[in-house]
Amino acid sequence: MTRRSVEVREFLMRLEWAAAKLERDVAFMEVCGTHTVNAFRCGLHSLMPPNVTLLSGPGCPVCVTAQGDVDQMIHLAGRPGVTLCTYGDMLRVTGSHSSLELERTRGADIRVIYSAMDAVKLAADEPRREVVLAAVGFETTAPATAIAVLEAHRRGLKNFSALVTHKLVLPAMRALLDGVPVKLDGFLCPGHVSVIIGAEVYRPIVEKYGKPCVIVGFEDLQLAAGLCRLVELALDGTPRLENLYPQAVSPRGNARALEVLERVFEPVEARWRGLAAIPASGLGLRAKWSQYDAARKFGLEAVDAPEPPGCRCGEVITGQCTPHDCTLFGTACTPVRPIGPCMVSSEGTCQAWFKYKRARTAKHEYVKT
Amino acid sequence: MDRPTRMAHWKRVLLAHGGGGQLTDDLVGGVVLPRLGNSALNELLDSGIATAGDEQLALTIDSYVVQPLEFPGGDIGKLAVCGTINDLAVCGAAPLGLAMSLILQEGLERSVLERLMDSAAATAKEAGVAVITGDTKVVGHGQGDGVYITTAGLGRLRSGLRLHPDQVRPGDAILINGPIADHGLAVMLAREMPQVTSVLKSDVAPLNKMIQGLLDRVAGIRFMRDATRGGLAGVAADLASRTGLHVVLDEAQILVRPGTRHAAEMLGLDPLDVANEGKVVIVVEKEKAPLALETLREYIHGVDSRLVGWIEDRPDGICELRTTIGGRRVLQKPYGEQLPRIC
Repeated sequence: MTRRSVEVREFLMRLEWAAAKLERDVAFMEVCGTHTVNAFRCGLHSLMPPNVTLLSGPGCPVCVTAQGDVDQMIHLAGRPGVTLCTYGDMLRVTGSHSSLELERTRGADIRVIYSAMDAVKLAADEPRREVVLAAVGFETTAPATAIAVLEAHRRGLKNFSALVTHKLVLPAMRALLDGVPVKLDGFLCPGHVSVIIGAEVYRPIVEKYGKPCVIVGFEDLQLAAGLCRLVELALDGTPRLENLYPQAVSPRGNARALEVLERVFEPVEARWRGLAAIPASGLGLRAKWSQYDAARKFGLEAVDAPEPPGCRCGEVITGQCTPHDCTLFGTACTPVRPIGPCMVSSEGTCQAWFKYKRARTAKHEYVKT
Repeated sequence: MDRPTRMAHWKRVLLAHGGGGQLTDDLVGGVVLPRLGNSALNELLDSGIATAGDEQLALTIDSYVVQPLEFPGGDIGKLAVCGTINDLAVCGAAPLGLAMSLILQEGLERSVLERLMDSAAATAKEAGVAVITGDTKVVGHGQGDGVYITTAGLGRLRSGLRLHPDQVRPGDAILINGPIADHGLAVMLAREMPQVTSVLKSDVAPLNKMIQGLLDRVAGIRFMRDATRGGLAGVAADLASRTGLHVVLDEAQILVRPGTRHAAEMLGLDPLDVANEGKVVIVVEKEKAPLALETLREYIHGVDSRLVGWIEDRPDGICELRTTIGGRRVLQKPYGEQLPRIC
């Protein structure tokens, strides 16, 4: 057994001990898609005491993107002369009538990119195409979009624009606590996002709402330690903010990234799947950069499109139901033919459940010997 | 309304249909087999078996469309030879000869083609196999991607040997001949992030000599499969569903090089799902596993061989991963195209 797995087991034992002393059910929420997947990948759920639940929150960028915004991307991709640049996991998300993957088979020019700068390079290389960056994601990807806009400006590119649907983590956590009927005993706070925004931003969640917040990285050791501390804090009854990922997350975050975000974006109302519109929960381009705003350039109107009938992704990502509570899960909706975004994204809760737990026939069962 | 998600049948081929996952199964099982299926093809093994008099011959074919054409650790020429030889070898067949067909795009540099053919020749020599027939076609700009290669291989099966999922028994051990996921990640990094310099190298290698050596010395080999598209997870999950038995993989025993693990984490991929081109998964009778490992480790492509799992006597057809921290989870075949995540 490696040293690390010994350490993990120590945390798991502490977790079990604290959970047994608690004598009540507790539920925590992870607000990061990578945490969702890695918790399943390392088998953490199968090692948790029965009175401890880890719910998935609105932390998967693909999953929180509103149906109307998905439709806009698909619509833009279908326009003649447009090249749409997207991150990979957006490709298979279904809009109201199609998906980017399907549009690609019909000849739409859709490129999977790995960094926002790829879109700028493409715009420079192909001046006759209108290159649109589908700018999706939280504070982790938003700085890259900001830098791409600044770079396009520096190069004087007229054929580059971004369809910005960037979202902010903290307003979503607040909206959850304010408006969603789900009982939470604390948050496992995201690693990557916190690198940018810093640890201190969670202080109001702790002080105003009385919910412990523990920031962790992505390895099994970090996840086990974070969950262990949340249960221990619940046992103590003292909500605290703890940063278990100090090697990457500073109290105030990454000043350069925050500065570039501030320069390019301003907070705007954003539409969230499962949480509807939340004021100042998204990022929009400042007026100075509006020439790079694809919605404005192509005259796109914000539309509210209904989510697919029967799909409960919105409730899944707000902790109100589990994938097994959705009648489509594992039957009509599978990773091969996904209906909702949580089944599409590799970070989606539904895909993680489908992939790492047994399908709905064995409800709530893990592999047991 | 044409709701893509609700369609009972897809109307157009998606890129993901080529991913070697569940969508590929859908394509083969839904379109190809109902029309071309027969007792040999329906087995969907790495090679088809044909009988000629007293002899059993294995026939296999594979197309190679990798980009970039040259990547760290190999190139499309080496790949086209290794992939086909390995498909024969895992069926227990000794290669008799290869056929190679080249589809070249107008404008391809002669020097590139020369390098690819040199590489194919060197690999064939290492494996002790010759390309005995071939074909060339040239297509116009925009119709191909530099070079496509299709390679077929003919081999002679060992008499009295049946390597098949139906030979697998509870208690059998699962071996693999080294660290996983090097090929898929080396190629993906070279293609998508050419600016990144990495230490990753494809594991592409001809495995026929090692496999023949193994079969010469060790009785009790039940089944073998090269863990290409779909990775180790794909092979293990497929083994569980074909045998109907419970397959367990022990994560702590599965080697992943640090650089490979790092690249996988960066791209949000699971190394278990990623393609290999020089790895064979071997199911062997439990008592013979130590001898099999000892034999594999005598070969350069098998020095890091490990016992990574076993078959349990539970008829649920599920593949389970025991994680390094002692957790458990289900291991499934990947679905299709591997999509790097957003953040």
